[in-house]
Amino acid sequence: MSVIKQTAAELAARIHSGELSSVDVTQAHLERISKVDEQLNAFRHVDADGALEAAAKVDADIAAGKPPASPLAGVPLGLKDVLTTQGVPTTCGSKTLEGWLPPYDATVTRRLREAGVPILGKTNMDEFAMGSSTENSAYGPTRNPWDTSRIPGGSGGGSSAALAAFEAPLAIGTDTGGSIRQPGAVTGTVGVKPTYGGVSRYGLVAFSSSLDQAGPCARTVLDAALLHEVIAGHDPLDSTSIDAPVPPVVEAAKQGANGDLTGVKVGVVTQFTGEGYQRGVLDSFQAAVEQLRALGADVVEISCPSFDYALPAYYLIAPSECSSNLARFDAMRYGLRIGDDGDRSAEEVMSLSREAGFGPEVKRRIMIGTYALSSGYYDAYYGSAQQVRTLITRDFAAAYEQVDVLVSPTTPTTAFRIGERVDDPMAMYLADLCTIPANLAGNAAMSVPSGLADDDGLPVGLQIMAPTLADDRMYRVAAAYEAARGPVLDQIPEL
Amino acid sequence: MTAVAETLDYDEVLDHFDPVLGLEVHVELNTKTKMFCGCANVFGGEPNTHVCPTCLGLPGALPVMNARGIESAIRIGLALNCEIAPWCRFARKNYFYPDMPKNFQTSQYDEPIAFNGYLDVVLDDGEVVRVGIERAHMEEDTGKSLHVGGATGRIHGAEHSLLDYNRAGVPLIEIVTKPIEGMGHRAPEVARAYVTALRELMLALGVSDVRMDQGSMRCDANVSLMPKGATEFGTRTETKNVNSLRSVERAVRYEMTRQAAVLRGGGSITQETRHFQEADGTTSSGRPKETSEDYRYFPEPDLVPIAPSREWVEELSGTLPELPWQRRKRVQQEWGLTDEETRDLFNTGAADLVAATVDAGASVSEARSWWVQYLTQQANTREVELPELPITPAQLARVIELIGEGTLTHKLAREVVQGVLAGEGDPDQVIADRGLEVVSDDSALLAAVDEALAAQPDVVDKIKGGKVQAAGAIVGAVMKATKGQADAKRVRELVLERCQ
Repeated sequence: MSVIKQTAAELAARIHSGELSSVDVTQAHLERISKVDEQLNAFRHVDADGALEAAAKVDADIAAGKPPASPLAGVPLGLKDVLTTQGVPTTCGSKTLEGWLPPYDATVTRRLREAGVPILGKTNMDEFAMGSSTENSAYGPTRNPWDTSRIPGGSGGGSSAALAAFEAPLAIGTDTGGSIRQPGAVTGTVGVKPTYGGVSRYGLVAFSSSLDQAGPCARTVLDAALLHEVIAGHDPLDSTSIDAPVPPVVEAAKQGANGDLTGVKVGVVTQFTGEGYQRGVLDSFQAAVEQLRALGADVVEISCPSFDYALPAYYLIAPSECSSNLARFDAMRYGLRIGDDGDRSAEEVMSLSREAGFGPEVKRRIMIGTYALSSGYYDAYYGSAQQVRTLITRDFAAAYEQVDVLVSPTTPTTAFRIGERVDDPMAMYLADLCTIPANLAGNAAMSVPSGLADDDGLPVGLQIMAPTLADDRMYRVAAAYEAARGPVLDQIPEL
Repeated sequence: MTAVAETLDYDEVLDHFDPVLGLEVHVELNTKTKMFCGCANVFGGEPNTHVCPTCLGLPGALPVMNARGIESAIRIGLALNCEIAPWCRFARKNYFYPDMPKNFQTSQYDEPIAFNGYLDVVLDDGEVVRVGIERAHMEEDTGKSLHVGGATGRIHGAEHSLLDYNRAGVPLIEIVTKPIEGMGHRAPEVARAYVTALRELMLALGVSDVRMDQGSMRCDANVSLMPKGATEFGTRTETKNVNSLRSVERAVRYEMTRQAAVLRGGGSITQETRHFQEADGTTSSGRPKETSEDYRYFPEPDLVPIAPSREWVEELSGTLPELPWQRRKRVQQEWGLTDEETRDLFNTGAADLVAATVDAGASVSEARSWWVQYLTQQANTREVELPELPITPAQLARVIELIGEGTLTHKLAREVVQGVLAGEGDPDQVIADRGLEVVSDDSALLAAVDEALAAQPDVVDKIKGGKVQAAGAIVGAVMKATKGQADAKRVRELVLERCQ
């Protein structure tokens, strides 16, 4: 099998045994990128020199008989363009950061470097992670490798498309309302949103601070688990990072792969079904639930009534935080500066620069958030949304008293066509209907491929959710399901 | 247009109005590092050298609380007799300004760490006024804008602006009083006395340099007037840029007379920010607050709530030093001082130095007189704070000891002190080098006396004739001959003895 189609675990084993060099593996992926990315636009920036240099270092260490820096040492990766990389462009898919070279590495970036993971480049995304299709990137949309007329999901469409197109065996995404899981679902790849605070946010350019969480993207559950353990863990630079041991996700994935879920209680969220869901998605989900039952899981229905209010609450909290987080893009210290002709005031330059630097969706959310936080409206909007958040957290807590994990479709439909929803924000927002509750509660959640929809032949994702710091539970269930279902990506058409 | 006097006579103001004050004081904490990052917290420095991704607000950077800053805030709260919140949060105050890197200030809003306290303030005549404290909350400082090319140094008319972010993220405590009412004509004095007392408190706690000239303590004065007998407060103005204790008093007084003139002239007060003009003691209109600015506060999601345990607060309570008013009372009693002497002792900042000088063996009255009078003058002349004078309490105690022994006269002693201040070494060294010892050897003096008497026989006759005051001429001659190193009193005695 060609190098690019192998899993990260396989590549790591062959690199560490000396059978393959990291440089060759990295080179193979760089070649794949130069061959297919023109069709996809999954990468915003390719750092061939940086990746090969890191790969050569791994090879030298192995040749010198040193133990690998991590279980993934030498396996290259695509990094979402929202995490800072020292000296390497970081645009967040926005014109406002075009040409900005961060002077520091995000903690995730640093951990990847320390783990000997060559970073192939930065992957495309919706501007500042706001979107569900990657169409909001100021640098053009990313296309879904399953059907290049369709979206790869968003905001992390670049990372998932890169995996599905074998441009990278691993990728990093960030998930504020589903930006890792929904792209995973529509590209037939695995996407994990760890427990909030499980992975440091230091250097993750904030969209919505209380919701943002970086996580692993991969083609298999085990690969995701291996990457999870590389990037997770307490970081003193992030006050919201949890000071607790990383859940044993690799062990759980390995345990799950034996296919036995006897005694595991699985709850099906009754709110996430019915009207508005694509037939093929619901059929795939039903089949997945039956599969879990066949593996020995005890499946029950669970009602989480507050989840009905998750979407509106999210679209108040996230824009509110974003209106404040994005205030810093004012052209004073970095980024795009417009109208600085010596006559205009700083305020005018700020205004012109923000006008030119932000796209329509970002502006829409800044305006919604500014409004929601205004005095006189705060209680009705931001305040109420926070109350909904509490109710959702309680629904989760009650559910997890009865079951170990919750499941639902990851997203109501398969990949829609590029352009189909750009003029209808509400339709676009519905793509995150099932993924948002886990962000609001700060719990763990992931998407694992559940085959192709029988109505349109496109990938469907099964969402598995778990309580805070019980990420290992969902990995176990996902790995068991994955082993039983078999690979999905081998059905992807050749580009 | 009828001309309306700009200000009303002060006494007349009080015939018609009751002033209401609200003072907001910002204190920069002297923590080693900034509030939310590891950059050094130091005044000055080359622009933009104490900065990092966090205090520059770079994309992706996050804040981490400085535990020392929280500790200082709690200690300040305790010293101000406040309740300490068992749980509180930081909030974001959103507004755009180039010297604020994130375009929001990390501050506290409806959940301050300390609230509902008071500070007892001693007025000049010894009367004690209790000023209510609304709240003391934590926040970060902004950077500094330097406007270049304009005549005024203000943004208006400037050609361009330079930004220095060294100060961005420095921890601040904002202390807000409850409305100060019923002070009548003493309102300006109360304002000054309050800021003075607050400053002393910060010094005693050791939490800040409280240098008003460097901006580590800044005061905004809210002033309003209400007609005598009214119960509803009038419209207030907020005067900024009040950078010395004296200015606090002047600014409040000026605003009272200005507002009274407007109101008596039939006008109304505009709620606005005003700037104090140090040069002429007036205030000028800043930006009007047509609508109250909407800062869109919300809890800071990048930081976790602060929940100081009861044990920790109690432990910090135990670290409070003797507070200024307690100490003032104790010192006055122990040293038997009058109110006025006590006031001078503390207002000059000499109390610690006097105590140390007394510990080194000097008497209270000598030590006090040197520090409060002569050395305070020296400090003023050199434009330094009293403790910064290059003389130690031990050195001064030695000078005082030498006076007691008769080795130095007061005049010589001042010369010795000048020598010490000039860096010429310890007092004994200065005496030796400058040859300043009092000539106390009678035989040496007698020779000089005899010489002077022989030179002025007519004066000798006068003295012998009973005109004792004529001895001054001889004493003067002797002092001149001994280059001032003789004890004039002894010389006089010897002259009179010789003429008997």
